[in-house]
Amino acid sequence: MSTLTLESSNEQKIESKETLLEIKNVKKFFPVKKSLLQFNKEQTYVQAVNDVSFSILKGETYGLVGESGCGKSTTGRTLLKLIEPTEGEAIYNGKDIFKLSGQELRKVRQDIQMVFQDPYSSLNPRKRIGKTLEEPLVIHNIGTPKERTEIVMEILSKVGLQLEHYFRYPHEFSGGQRQRIGLARALILNPKLLIMDEPVSALDVSIQSQILNLLKTLQSDFDLSYLFISHDMSVIRHVSDRIGVMYLGKLVEEAPTDELFANPLHPYTQALLSAVPVPKSGAKKERIILEGELPSPMNPPSGCVFHTRCPFAMDRCKMEVPMKKEIANGHHIACHLYDK
Amino acid sequence: MSDVLLDIKNLKTHFYTETGHVTAVNGVSFNVKKGEIVGVVGESGCGKSVMSQTILRLFEEGTVEYEGEINFNGRNLLKLNKRQINKVRGNDISMIFQDPLSTLNPVHTVGRQIAESIILHQNASKKEAEEKAIELLRLVGIPSPEKRAKEYPHNLSGGMRQRAMIAVALACRPKLLIADEPTTALDVTIQAQILDLMNNLNEELDMGIIFITHDLGVVADLCSRVVVMYLGEIVEEASIEELFDRPLHPYTQGLIKSIPQLDGDRSAMLHTIEGTVPPLTRVPKGCRFAARCPFADEKCVASAPPVTEYTATQKVKCWHFEKILKNQEGIADVHTYS
Repeated sequence: MSTLTLESSNEQKIESKETLLEIKNVKKFFPVKKSLLQFNKEQTYVQAVNDVSFSILKGETYGLVGESGCGKSTTGRTLLKLIEPTEGEAIYNGKDIFKLSGQELRKVRQDIQMVFQDPYSSLNPRKRIGKTLEEPLVIHNIGTPKERTEIVMEILSKVGLQLEHYFRYPHEFSGGQRQRIGLARALILNPKLLIMDEPVSALDVSIQSQILNLLKTLQSDFDLSYLFISHDMSVIRHVSDRIGVMYLGKLVEEAPTDELFANPLHPYTQALLSAVPVPKSGAKKERIILEGELPSPMNPPSGCVFHTRCPFAMDRCKMEVPMKKEIANGHHIACHLYDK
Repeated sequence: MSDVLLDIKNLKTHFYTETGHVTAVNGVSFNVKKGEIVGVVGESGCGKSVMSQTILRLFEEGTVEYEGEINFNGRNLLKLNKRQINKVRGNDISMIFQDPLSTLNPVHTVGRQIAESIILHQNASKKEAEEKAIELLRLVGIPSPEKRAKEYPHNLSGGMRQRAMIAVALACRPKLLIADEPTTALDVTIQAQILDLMNNLNEELDMGIIFITHDLGVVADLCSRVVVMYLGEIVEEASIEELFDRPLHPYTQGLIKSIPQLDGDRSAMLHTIEGTVPPLTRVPKGCRFAARCPFADEKCVASAPPVTEYTATQKVKCWHFEKILKNQEGIADVHTYS
């Protein structure tokens, strides 16, 4: 019913903000197991993330969008070293997260938290929610037992749960409530950045909108930055200030949200946007139907990874990897069509 | 009304479980005309899948009890014996599911699985059936179908598997295809391919389709008519234009407004429907949506509303829809004149 308008315009944010996390040339190659008969064959790799660079600014939401297997989740997990990166840097507070370990890494993980698609699998079914939420405080030695309970109670009300939920077990909650718990757990240590991997994908639309609104409120209340990973174009458009589009381990286009939707340049982004079904009457529109399938990341195409399905592919695209370049203010693209 | 293909009247599906009796589908009535694509939308637990599986009576007899009528080709499917319903399944009415990998048999080639259904229902020889299988694979847009027919389901990608599933379902040229969330597990670009295919098949084969989904975007794209389900009941039935331009039920309105739109205001908060769907074991007495409805009053809580025919194609199950509509038109007028 009530449509509240938040004052801050998205356009202005981008100019004035400083960088919170800078990701430089990150690669993650997973080695493929060889069978005994292939012992003399060369080691092959799944090139899940291949040379991805972007930065997340303070207070902004950076959306990472792409289809399954494009490497968006691997990118998110690599940033916290949940998966050991193959190459690259992630600069946070002047330090490269990938080089940290022990105490220092734990400190960074206090500032950068993850929220997953299915919070249920990360909750201990035999523990009351309140106790689960207090655990990070215990580990990081924050407060007395009484203060911890108070912190948890406060967080619970912030994410829209009641105080009585403190004493409940995970199975007593609905999908939407569990995602609220997932958020509470991430927020308890007062982080600066939340990496969210498909946080609303498992939810029904009416619950999805509740969580998306909550994310907006929390962002301004806690002064948070988000890395929002999703496959859903309309959701990512709604939450993000800037968006990066991934395809087969590569970041193919990056732009401020309104710019990306008004003026998508990469042929893949264009196809992706045209494929989204619009919930309106008379919305039957001309879709760009991409021929064929996603190639295997074990053996990605040479040159531009998209050339096998690109309607505009040229000879050059088969040989030469396109470099990321800035076309307009903040609009980056990796495509030979725009080399002039 | 000779062009009605499937006519469902006051259908109820009761389950008897250890924890008690549950009515998953409660008095559903709608029809599908020849060559028409009807969408069934609703959130998880609304009974849309149970309803669709009831049409082919896919639940184990003994744990389930049906009531009402499902009229197809002049016969009530609920009254048929086991042999008769088996003849309808896969022959006159086919079904495709969300996850083709769990429906396709992993130890048989794709070609053989299609041929199997042709041999079973059409008395074709093995060779004829195999040729037909290749033809069907071509029809659903699988490249080099001769080669693909000899492959196993695990050799195919998600999109290809769904195409193969559709080929199996089409094997006997059914008059009605029930598609239960066939594109939900697919990526948008692959989903676009499959929706395109279903549209073409519908035109070419003049086949009726019941398309079950939670995605209103897909519905707008594919269907001409829609029924909206909530907690086992149809709350609204409308043509696609009516559904998006003038939804009558507060639930439909809420659902449409909750979706972030590609051209919506990004700085605005999204519309929400308060609360959650109650479990089927604790169904409210009056209107089932009353507890979450912003317009509900004592009347709604006390007794269930009747179904009102608002236009020839639009029906709604709500006590107050006229009042709500008037209010909204009033607001719209103020906007246009100010």
